[in-house]
Amino acid sequence: MIPLASVIDSFVGAFDFILHSRDAVTGGHVQVGGIPYIWTFARTQLEVSAVALGGALAVGMPIGLVLGHIGKGEYFAVGFGNAGRAVPEIAVVFLLAALIGIGLGNVALALGILGLPPILTNTFVAMRQVDPTAVQAAEGVGMRPWEVIVRVELPLAAPTIMAGVRTAAINIFATATIASFVGLSTLGDLVTGRNVYGDDGVLAGAIVIAVLAGLIELALAGVQRLLTPRGLKLQRATRSA
Amino acid sequence: MTVVAAKGLLFADAANRCAPGLPASFCQHHETTGCVGGNGLFCPGWAVDNFDRYVGPFFRHLEIVAISVVAGFAVALALALFSHRHRVLIPPLLGATGVLYTIPSIAFFFLLLPITGFGLVTAVIPLSAYTLQIIYRNTLAGLANVPADAKDAGRGMGMSDRQLLWRVELPLATPEVVAGLRIAIVSTVAIATLAFLAGAGGLGAPLYAQPDFKTNIIMVGALTIAMALTLDLIVVLSRRFLMPWQRARPR
Amino acid sequence: MRGLRVRAALALMLAAVLALGIAACGGGSDTGSTTTGASSSENLIQSNPANGKVTITVGSKNFTEEYILGEIYAQGLEAAGYNVKKKLNLGSETIALKAIKDGQISGYPEYTSTALGSLFSVPADQIPANAQEAYAQAKAKLANEGVVAYPPTPFADSNAVGTLTSTAEKDNLTDISDLKGVSQNMVLAGSPECRERIDCLVGLEKNYGLQFKKFTPVDIGLRYTVLDKGDADLSIVFTSDAQLANSNKYTVLKDDKELIPAGNVIFLASKKVADEAGPDFTDTIEKVQGNLTLPVIQELNSRVDIDKEEPAAVAHDYLMQSGYIK
Repeated sequence: MIPLASVIDSFVGAFDFILHSRDAVTGGHVQVGGIPYIWTFARTQLEVSAVALGGALAVGMPIGLVLGHIGKGEYFAVGFGNAGRAVPEIAVVFLLAALIGIGLGNVALALGILGLPPILTNTFVAMRQVDPTAVQAAEGVGMRPWEVIVRVELPLAAPTIMAGVRTAAINIFATATIASFVGLSTLGDLVTGRNVYGDDGVLAGAIVIAVLAGLIELALAGVQRLLTPRGLKLQRATRSA
Repeated sequence: MTVVAAKGLLFADAANRCAPGLPASFCQHHETTGCVGGNGLFCPGWAVDNFDRYVGPFFRHLEIVAISVVAGFAVALALALFSHRHRVLIPPLLGATGVLYTIPSIAFFFLLLPITGFGLVTAVIPLSAYTLQIIYRNTLAGLANVPADAKDAGRGMGMSDRQLLWRVELPLATPEVVAGLRIAIVSTVAIATLAFLAGAGGLGAPLYAQPDFKTNIIMVGALTIAMALTLDLIVVLSRRFLMPWQRARPR
Repeated sequence: MRGLRVRAALALMLAAVLALGIAACGGGSDTGSTTTGASSSENLIQSNPANGKVTITVGSKNFTEEYILGEIYAQGLEAAGYNVKKKLNLGSETIALKAIKDGQISGYPEYTSTALGSLFSVPADQIPANAQEAYAQAKAKLANEGVVAYPPTPFADSNAVGTLTSTAEKDNLTDISDLKGVSQNMVLAGSPECRERIDCLVGLEKNYGLQFKKFTPVDIGLRYTVLDKGDADLSIVFTSDAQLANSNKYTVLKDDKELIPAGNVIFLASKKVADEAGPDFTDTIEKVQGNLTLPVIQELNSRVDIDKEEPAAVAHDYLMQSGYIK
């Protein structure tokens, strides 16, 4: 359908944009492109994603752990995850901007809200799936509730929790692209800036976003594998991914 | 034509000069007070009066979601059925669908714009790609979870591979498949709010037209969530209706 | 024979009565409530059935003024009998121009300053301040691309540096140059691409020698919200904005070094489509923009941005009140 040559051409142009700086399409000898230039955008996006993910973990995990441990609130915990998937990111971002204003804190808050459901739900489900005999054994030995959670349930629940963290991280990073609408210079600047950066710049931005997202996914998948205790079969959390 | 740039001058001029071909009353002063002018949190009166501006985009949004999910489901199902037989394909297909899932849709939209132009196609391709992973994985998991005795029974009855697949394995796999479909639908409804960037319209379009007007944002958000939850409910009810013999698995 | 003569006489009388009736109606609307000064039947766009086989796709960029303009042209062309489609919300001008060349749209409203500065990289200080000169330049350059540029609207719009009036009074700011020495403590907000543009941030830094504490990229739709919320001290606004016309809350700083060119709107269309569409195309476009003076476009912007009406409805009212459509 599309001539292969022009596709290759486009990619070559994009990689050139990534590696070397060049004049902006709008002229004026303004230099754009090149790794340091692109890195400033990428760094902002990674930073705000990290802050948002941290916030979502700090709020979602404790709630999920406690609810999962005592076995109450299933309707809420699972429903929260389902409802969370239905929320349109761009509306949350613009609404918070209209309510509170723009900037790192507000964007991180909006993104954290989006990352919260998968973490909370997965933590809850993971805790519920922990083998009850292990919990009983621990309680039988005299461990206090928080000890049971931290030393027994959490390690066993870790793989499924990590699956939720992975989902949250990718969603947050992906949505952080549109943070350039509300005060943060992320890779979204490149993707929406065809005027200034040209076709090469847009493709370059998209490639960098995709590559970084992939790296995040791989890194977290590695952490997930590390956290899986030997002897525990890795359950594919098909319902919670 | 000079640009009037001094403070206050624009304000005074608007009341005095309109245009020769228009009555002076055409140019009015607009108060920035009240719910609408002052951007209150939610203006129910405005929402009711202006509800029609969301109707077109709502159905367009539905259209985009429907096409994307059906396309994604068809492809993912086909891939799952094929790789169920040729299991060596599973790791690369999982990887490929995973990669497609990871590419943020907005980047994908802008990538496709020069190739497929403004419109439905540019929106549907990334949205379908996004659904592939969840449906593919869930279908595979569903097929893998089919109890061995059911398959034995089928073979015992003399079923061929194909009959086994369609009469035993797939029906028993439906809970997982439907679970994946539900997730795909809800996610797609949410992401499709970005489809306006691809020139495809949808509920994101009225949102972006007035992105600071709180009532507008809330309306779009509410309609999107309502659509997602309603579609989800329809799938759940359909499943219960069409397949009442399936025990409801604990979620 | 006598019957025929009677019938002919009756027919003539009927025709006379009808003619008088039409003349009376036509004259009556002169004193009617809608238009003053112009006879509505002169301005009315006539629908030409021959145009029905031509499909025109009208595009626009993605902010209020462009939506309104797109609707005005689209509805006007529809009244002229064309088969009109709309693809409003295209994004930036490079995308829009490409869409014309690819045949995705037939045309869209552009600003002379943007056409010259963005599409043809003419340096800001070489863009003529005179509307007709700028139009002539743009027209010539666009002709090479197979694009026709139609004569400019009465109003001009340009980017400008805006701030809260309270800020301007506090720091004694009237011109952009007054920002020297003050701007390093100020945050400037603009669209993401403003950062790299010579007629925006780059020019403010180079030509005016200004330094800013921070540049914050925001979507065009939030250009006043950032001032209201205190997220920015300065914001890039448009001189025809509703918010400027309706209150003294905001002040625009004068571009004393003439860095930022003003632009009247010129409708750009693919030459191929324009030729196919015939003379009614040109006539309609030039007609519907006739009443677009600065106060009028501000009024239209106000109805959309402040009263939150729909651009389509606002454009319709403008066309009706101008007597272009019924």
